[in-house]
Amino acid sequence: MLDALSGEDAGAALWPGPRLGGVLQVTESYRMARRNYRLNNTPEARHAKDEWNARFNADADAYLRRTLARAIDSPDGFRERLVWFWQDHFTTTPRRVEETLISASRTDHAIRPHVAGRFADLLRAAILHPSMLLYLDQVFSVGPDSDVAQTKSIGLNENLARELMELHTLGVSGGYTQGDVRQLAELLTGLVLTGRGRTGFLQRRAEPGAEQVLGRSYDGEGIDPIHAVLNDLARHPDTARHLSRKLAIHFLSDTPDEAVIDRMAAAYLANDTALLPVYAEMLGDPAALSTTFGKVRPPMEIIAAGMRAIGMRGSDVMALEPRLLRRHVRVPLIAMGQGWEDANGPDGWPEDAETWMTAQRVAARISWAMQAPTALWAARGGKQRLPDPRRVLVRSLGPVASPVLQQAVTRAETARDGVGIVIASPEFNRR
Amino acid sequence: MADMNRRVFLHRGTAALIGCSAAASPWLTTVTLAQGAEVLGDQRLVVVILRGAMDGLDVVRPEGDALYRSYRPNLLGEPGLPLDGFFTLHPRLGGLMPLWQAGELAFVHATSTPYRDKRSHFDGQDILEAGTGLDVLQPEVRDGWLNRMLQTVPGLSSETAYAVGRDALPLLHGAAGVRSWIPDQKLAISAQGRRLLEEVYAQDPLFHAAAMQAMDLAQSQAFEAEIHRQVEADIAMQEQDAGMQAEGQMSDAPARTKRESESEDLAAFAAGRLRGNTRIAAFSLSGWDSHRNQAQVIGGSLQALEQLILRLRQDLGDVWSNTTVLAMTEFGRTARENGNKGTDHGTGGAMLMAGGAIRGGKVHGRWPGLDEAALYDRRDLMPTTDVRSWAAWTMRGLYGLDRSVLEQAVFPGLQMGDNPGLLR
Repeated sequence: MLDALSGEDAGAALWPGPRLGGVLQVTESYRMARRNYRLNNTPEARHAKDEWNARFNADADAYLRRTLARAIDSPDGFRERLVWFWQDHFTTTPRRVEETLISASRTDHAIRPHVAGRFADLLRAAILHPSMLLYLDQVFSVGPDSDVAQTKSIGLNENLARELMELHTLGVSGGYTQGDVRQLAELLTGLVLTGRGRTGFLQRRAEPGAEQVLGRSYDGEGIDPIHAVLNDLARHPDTARHLSRKLAIHFLSDTPDEAVIDRMAAAYLANDTALLPVYAEMLGDPAALSTTFGKVRPPMEIIAAGMRAIGMRGSDVMALEPRLLRRHVRVPLIAMGQGWEDANGPDGWPEDAETWMTAQRVAARISWAMQAPTALWAARGGKQRLPDPRRVLVRSLGPVASPVLQQAVTRAETARDGVGIVIASPEFNRR
Repeated sequence: MADMNRRVFLHRGTAALIGCSAAASPWLTTVTLAQGAEVLGDQRLVVVILRGAMDGLDVVRPEGDALYRSYRPNLLGEPGLPLDGFFTLHPRLGGLMPLWQAGELAFVHATSTPYRDKRSHFDGQDILEAGTGLDVLQPEVRDGWLNRMLQTVPGLSSETAYAVGRDALPLLHGAAGVRSWIPDQKLAISAQGRRLLEEVYAQDPLFHAAAMQAMDLAQSQAFEAEIHRQVEADIAMQEQDAGMQAEGQMSDAPARTKRESESEDLAAFAAGRLRGNTRIAAFSLSGWDSHRNQAQVIGGSLQALEQLILRLRQDLGDVWSNTTVLAMTEFGRTARENGNKGTDHGTGGAMLMAGGAIRGGKVHGRWPGLDEAALYDRRDLMPTTDVRSWAAWTMRGLYGLDRSVLEQAVFPGLQMGDNPGLLR
């Protein structure tokens, strides 16, 4: 697994996404077309708005499609799971419709390139990506004593500074105070989005003078002091423990061994925040090999795994009609409790089993298992019969399937029910 | 020693999650009530968790304090509605004024959970819903205080309490059987498929419990009828939206927002259940994290809260006189506005109470003042009460629970203090 991680990003190579420039261009054209239509209610303006609307929605769908296609096709499954973990760690959601593509694009631009690299680089890329600056209000925050604040009634906003320490680096039990939050918020002032929508820095919005964060002083012009504080936060021992614990809880168990967290944190600090040595310690833990079934797989994983189990390919997902993508992916994700790019807050999706296992959410899992495979399989055209449920069982669960499940699958009246039982089974829904 | 017992109790709660029934509760003997649906009597309790930290100082405005306006020069839009000569009500809750006049609406000001200093939404909500003090480590607490309250009452059916809405509600997680409901979720499954799934799920207690309930719910006729009503309403609304888009303009009448109509639908469902055997319902309402343009952010959320309460009152009819609604949030926000016409995370906040069972028309709680020296950390409203004590007195008043049960099992470590006389 680790060898694959040190090689190229197979998922992104199979299904590459657009660059930031393209995303910003489509976003801007879409915004202008809508604005123009509001101002000039002409048939031409309307036509242009509809065209850009369709393009924008297709591009937004493509992020969801690629996410599934990569999970289905990539030989490097661990990398895909790491990408999902880190994109959740740095959750952003669009505050307005027009931020949809920018928010979704952060995974390709800021997360994927660094999941096998150093956390310090990952942190810098994720925090300074336009989606984060928009989502946590940073672009609206200006220094209380900055030039801009002298003439406009606008000032400091603590939102990003707090979450940066609480969620992204030190963790809520880390050794920081409200004073540090405030100082970091002042230090982050000056970050803006340029006219083209890229991250920039404006000195006249920045709080003048030095700031003290966690006992260290940050001074100087431009964005350099911000890079410096992000570097220091990444290297902090509290960050090492917070990230190690979160990784262990996600990949090993809800109650990981403290010793493995210690080893992961030590590897992190000894290797200048490089993540591969941290993963190596984690995968070296005996819990990484056992299948305790203590964790519930989140809905997005169920849908990707379900598609893969029946033999769909990434190209099938890419070619799925928008209507079917909505009915069999977007809506079920909401019903299972994990709307696409719609986490409730910057802390991302919950880890605990109970959250996913309410009656309604389980009903949504069962419904998807019973209905979606047939419809998705038929949508591929050609051979319409669902694969034999026994093959689906072996392909997806192998030796993990209990005798009770194996029996139940053979006794199903239809292939549809049989496949549904595999995908709705506890074995399939846990890990 | 007291701490020790608390931990033991909470551990038991965790163990109970994986299969023990409420019969294992050590509190069974402390409450003796009749069996069946009547065990909680006629009183209804609705708890609304306001996620994102509602700015109590904007909702119930201390305009009698001269410092208030000086702290918030750019924040206050339309004037507040007079409540008691000192406080005014946010105008977007104006639809609740008749309730205030009828004594069916009250507030508690300057209140909070025991949580301090880090001002994290997520820890704040965990503590609010777990109902613990800070002496219990969070990872040990897997159940919510409303569920623990149910655990103390023997003979309840799962129909007694409902978690309503899409969001997870840790407030009701735990060993006591609780139902949940989300609009427009239905389950299509063949009879044979169901039988086989039941066998498969028998191996997995957590999955089994949720799945059996899901399949039962899906097959109940009342449930189907509600789903159909809901789906029709959604379709009508989508068509209306589509129609408006096609026209390319908005109508003059203030359109009901999606949030308002969703919160009304949830209220309507809850009211239907509460008119029957259900005694407890809980919701969550998010959208209070107003770091920027607070007037807009909080305005829409207040509107949704108002709709929720008004719809409950309308649909509950006679039952409203036996109903208490508590709306609480993880913490308040800074006394001063921030640089973006918003407020940042604070400490002391406000709680809303409504219902025919309450003695309303009053803002409860000791007011700490807004002088900088009186603020918590020189920035936040100072909490003068524990928000759990108001919930505890409410449950004592409604269901006659022993004080010791409330202070140990439901809210470990709470000192309830004197009876504030919240109910009629």
